[in-house]
Amino acid sequence: MCLGIPGQVVDIVDPAQHKAIAEVEGVRREINVGLVLGDEGGLSVGDWVLIHVGFAMSVIDEEEAASTLDFMRGLGELFEDEVQQFRESTPL
Amino acid sequence: MKFVDEYRDPAAARFAVEQIKALSGGKHLKFMEVCGGHTHTIYKHGIERVLPSNIELIHGPGCPVCVIPMGRVDDGIAVAETPGVIFTSFGDMMRVPGSNGSLLDAKARGADFRMVYSPLDALRIAKENPDREVVFFAIGFETTAPSTAVTLQKARAAGIDNFSVFCNHVTIVPPLKAILESPDLRLDGFIGPGHVSTVIGNRPYRFVPAQYGKPLVTSGFEPLDILQGIVMLLRQIRDGRCEVENQYTRAVRDEGNLRALRIMSDVFEVRPYFEWRGMGFISQSGLKLNEAFAPWDAELRFSVPGVRVADPKACQCGEVLKGVIKPWECKVFGTACTPETPIGTCMVSSEGACAAYYNYGRYNRTATIPVKSA
Repeated sequence: MCLGIPGQVVDIVDPAQHKAIAEVEGVRREINVGLVLGDEGGLSVGDWVLIHVGFAMSVIDEEEAASTLDFMRGLGELFEDEVQQFRESTPL
Repeated sequence: MKFVDEYRDPAAARFAVEQIKALSGGKHLKFMEVCGGHTHTIYKHGIERVLPSNIELIHGPGCPVCVIPMGRVDDGIAVAETPGVIFTSFGDMMRVPGSNGSLLDAKARGADFRMVYSPLDALRIAKENPDREVVFFAIGFETTAPSTAVTLQKARAAGIDNFSVFCNHVTIVPPLKAILESPDLRLDGFIGPGHVSTVIGNRPYRFVPAQYGKPLVTSGFEPLDILQGIVMLLRQIRDGRCEVENQYTRAVRDEGNLRALRIMSDVFEVRPYFEWRGMGFISQSGLKLNEAFAPWDAELRFSVPGVRVADPKACQCGEVLKGVIKPWECKVFGTACTPETPIGTCMVSSEGACAAYYNYGRYNRTATIPVKSA
């Protein structure tokens, strides 16, 4: 919960409701991106975000996403649990 | 330094360790890592074994599950056992013991308890079950509080009135203050939390150097980040500086996430005081739903015991959370209290110091980690 998992935005399905699809380790799920939109919008497909409990909390660059993912894979169970929960929870 | 070889950029990590040795010059210094995510990394990656023995890391209170007091768990279970209620929480909360078992035990007794990944999942369950009351047990620091706030805004906008939140959100600054005021503990600096700071930014920490004369460096979660955070703390000490610095510029901005802060202030208000496991009541440290969101406040909707329950006598989570003792110095660590049968919260959460230490750190401890502080 404390650690955000990096995911890539692969689709923005409902901009008004801040709904996007993110992919984490090959798993796709709906996330809420309302907290990382500036007042002028500005999140695009392909961007990387740190995801906490189904919400994108910050935008990171690709290099940072790759190295964070690498690190998190090394955490083993803690990361696998996160991905498992990400996978099993039904999108809204 | 065998662990260093497993870190990203081992050469940089090795260099950081050399700098730590040179800068600290053998002086015994105590730094607190505030966040449970850091604690996990430190044990998992053997950072204490890489550091010179004069650098001591003290594990702080930044584990959302660990700080929930027993009385609040009991209150949650009372709501969960109310007929007609579907009670939801993050998986981390399931095994936290109350005075009459955990939420999992309540489920075994017949409560409809469901684990969710996101508060939005709890809201969806409410939408799908209009004839049931759906309650979300909200926990966490400023990393998760904005998510709960957005969920409540959505519930209000969509008029979903069979949904409510049992709010246990807490904020990171008041416990830091409590620790700095504590006579038990002398610290030389702080490794500031990473992801909490993506929300609140670095400004709220300015009181740490300004009022208490301790440096604070916000750091990322990788072993190299933590080592570099320590180097930055040591440089401040060497230069006679004392300020808030940011090692984790990849994700943390000084001003934080203004949008998230705005949404939080739209939904929450600060409680006059809130009880923390083992640390007692800390003023202005907890969040509750404000007047506008009162209809979605589970504390107003359900009758809860609301009784303060003392921690089990044997449990020393409070001392562990304040960094006064190390996990293995607790009387029940690893014997009566294990991740399978936890007595205290620090053994429940993977971000808790006791669980992290139990899972990764306890081997060869006596040979490598100084147990007694000077």
